[in-house]
Amino acid sequence: MMAVGLGHYLAVSAILLVLGIFGIFMNRKNVIVILMSVELILLAVNVNLVAFSASLGDLVGQVFAMFVLTVAAAEAAIGLAIVVIYFRNRGSIEVEDVNLMKG
Amino acid sequence: MNWTIAIPEIVLSLLGMGILIFGVLQKRNTFHMCSMLTVGALIFTMVLVVSGASGLGYSGLFLADSYAVYVKLLVLAASVLGIVVSLDYNEHENLRRFEFPVLMLFATVGMMIMASASNMMSLYMGVELQSLAIYVLAAFARDDLRSSEAGLKYFVLGALASGLLLYGISLVYGFSGSMAFDHLAFVLADPSRASAGLVVGIVFVVAGLAFKISAVPFHMWTPDVYEGAPTPVTAFMATAPKVAAVALFVRVMIGPFGHLVSQWQQLIVLVSIGSMALGALAAIGQGNIKRLMAYSSIGHMGYILVGLAAGTQVGVRGVLIYLVTYVFTNAGMFACLVAMRRRGRAVERIADLGGLGKTDPGMAAALTIFLFSMAGIPPFAGFIGKYFVFVAAVNTGLWTLAVIGMVASAISAFYYIRIIKVMYFDAPEAAFDARPSSLSVVAGAGALFTTVFFIFPAPVVAAAEAAAKVLFG
Repeated sequence: MMAVGLGHYLAVSAILLVLGIFGIFMNRKNVIVILMSVELILLAVNVNLVAFSASLGDLVGQVFAMFVLTVAAAEAAIGLAIVVIYFRNRGSIEVEDVNLMKG
Repeated sequence: MNWTIAIPEIVLSLLGMGILIFGVLQKRNTFHMCSMLTVGALIFTMVLVVSGASGLGYSGLFLADSYAVYVKLLVLAASVLGIVVSLDYNEHENLRRFEFPVLMLFATVGMMIMASASNMMSLYMGVELQSLAIYVLAAFARDDLRSSEAGLKYFVLGALASGLLLYGISLVYGFSGSMAFDHLAFVLADPSRASAGLVVGIVFVVAGLAFKISAVPFHMWTPDVYEGAPTPVTAFMATAPKVAAVALFVRVMIGPFGHLVSQWQQLIVLVSIGSMALGALAAIGQGNIKRLMAYSSIGHMGYILVGLAAGTQVGVRGVLIYLVTYVFTNAGMFACLVAMRRRGRAVERIADLGGLGKTDPGMAAALTIFLFSMAGIPPFAGFIGKYFVFVAAVNTGLWTLAVIGMVASAISAFYYIRIIKVMYFDAPEAAFDARPSSLSVVAGAGALFTTVFFIFPAPVVAAAEAAAKVLFG
């Protein structure tokens, strides 16, 4: 049986990060999915931080993970609020409709 | 514990919460009152910053040195100008809600923490406090589709950038064993200890910070957000957060990663060339002046990065001087843009400026000064800033970069001068509405500073010199 080491955690975290980034850029349907992708990226970071913290025997990484969780909650709240006002004005949250200004 | 070094931030946060409570408890509309209180709080904080103690505290999380003081003063001044510019606009556009200045205040607290960050943790908290407040500000006109779209775009891309920044921080932490800047600098003093994982982490950190200063290739949000956000918010976004983000960028690259100059220099040079080229070329076809200012600010970030690419004390001094000229020129410029209002409606096309030289000679003169300054034409302030960064680049042998910068600057002069041509030689449009005195004051102060800076640059240069010295001390 193979022991789970630092490398495995880093691999999982890298996969989560890539999924999150692809979720933001490939997604053509819904802004909510983008918010979920952002959360995925932050979770990838947390996995990284906690794994490094355990392997280094240093608590700073775990403290930082707590901060990241807190900020992620605040960020989700603000993101959802902005999506709500956008929906009120536009009547849709499809990504393809977010095109009033070119770019 | 040496907690007194953070007194300016603590006081400003408490005053912000006080103003918030005051605004909530009053029955009448307190937008104007709260704005004035916020301006007072910011000016009071400037006094505290100047007279504050220096040193490292909070277990190495927070550093107050003359570099931080320089940046904080500039950020606070830019925020004051931002609030003054918003006063009249918000009254007209039905945005008179007291949360507006308070959000600016908390964004400013975040920027001050960025200026004082000496650990990846405080860096991240500062960046997030600043960004979260500005996401809300960008979407502040909540009944306006363009503003909410700007807020949405800014939020999504900003959150992505924060994610990349954090991922980079986690890799740097894992492969070096620390998040403290001084410890990182100590570990990396031997460049052979920079493992591949660490270098990848640094690249992610650079990407995240490049997004915050809107440098190529992370600039794509800038034109849309600048165009969609309410004009005073654009004015604020173009000045204070840029200063804080550039200052943080410089501190991170020179401090913890300073010994790896040879490895990140190429990266910064490429980003800088890309930003200058895009700023010069993409702005040419723009009809909307806020969009044009977005490309202009991308270009300015390119010039600022020329100073960082040099990686020397002279380069950092150039960056700090450039920031001062950039802030005052942009604040004045945006004060004029906010004043573009015809029969009660804000207008923002370049063509709307037609014949301004005849209908409002004062504003046309001020705009001319700002545009000449941005184009880097002597003797205006923008020229002095460009001079100092290009000298640094030439001193370190980055000749190509300096030459490309000058070419880009010459190309961008084309679209700045086109606006001047529209103002003085095109058929006059109807006159703008009477300018409120708050905007005249900001535009006048900006124009005065921009014009006479070349006579009295010594205090700013000396302060920048002292601030830059700290990073290399």
